[in-house]
Amino acid sequence: MAEFNWVTGLLGGVLIGLSSTLMLAFNGRITGISGILNGAARIDRTTNAARSEVWRWYFLAGMLLGGLLYEFGIATQPTPRSTFAPVAMLIGGLLVGFGTRMGNGCTSGHGVCGLGRLSVRSFVAVCTFLSTAILTVFVLRHGLLAIVK
Amino acid sequence: MNQNLVALFTGVLFSIGLGLSQMVDRDRVLGFLDVAGTWDPTLLFVLGGAVSVTVIAFRFVLRRSQPIFANEFRLPTRRDIDRPLILGAVIFGIGWGISGYCPGPGITALVLGVWNPVLFLGAFIVGSLAHRWYQSRTAGLAESDRPKDTVR
Repeated sequence: MAEFNWVTGLLGGVLIGLSSTLMLAFNGRITGISGILNGAARIDRTTNAARSEVWRWYFLAGMLLGGLLYEFGIATQPTPRSTFAPVAMLIGGLLVGFGTRMGNGCTSGHGVCGLGRLSVRSFVAVCTFLSTAILTVFVLRHGLLAIVK
Repeated sequence: MNQNLVALFTGVLFSIGLGLSQMVDRDRVLGFLDVAGTWDPTLLFVLGGAVSVTVIAFRFVLRRSQPIFANEFRLPTRRDIDRPLILGAVIFGIGWGISGYCPGPGITALVLGVWNPVLFLGAFIVGSLAHRWYQSRTAGLAESDRPKDTVR
């Protein structure tokens, strides 16, 4: 069992909340990663309106930079690399891509920012995806499918 | 340019937060979702920490008439609880439970130099394109199927 560390968990969460607050205060935008990723993939750099969306690429570049800074600078021990699970990645990624578009957000957009805005819509979304994910893991690890595996 | 620098900085901060809270490790996320196993409550503290900040700080930020580097706040305006919201959250929840990644950690995990996040993000893009196709198709159907002269 992985060692439970609520201090680093809480501190990491505070940084994520701070990041979302700065984004809203300076740029007036919601830090929803699925939305930022989708918008970034859709940017057509030829128009003026599109040029004002280039911040999305900077945010994603910042995420990679932050990941490197943490992993190779701040971390006291390397992040565990989980085992290669291609089928889970392909099916999971497909559903996450489709579902976050249909439901207009993910853990950051509905969770961190939506709950921060006291949005009932986001609260319902968070309760729904959390309970569905818990149920999914239960079925995969302890349900009928776990016996097959 | 100012907005882009803010985006770069907030991206760095967000990712360090994900790293520090170990949400980049999908086994830790799955450990939280696995309530019947050896439950790992870390994610609860992460979400709790993040939302504690936004719930308080957003109130003060939104008291301003406009953001510091932009003309207006671009906030979601919808408040209805409709079928796509629920169904979308269910589909996302299943995908999250299968992969252990949501979009943020999926991106940050790219720096680990393993294949999992690469496959996850590739499939994510295919899934979101599939939704765009689905939406344009159902929007077209809704238009043509709608009875033109029914009055209730």
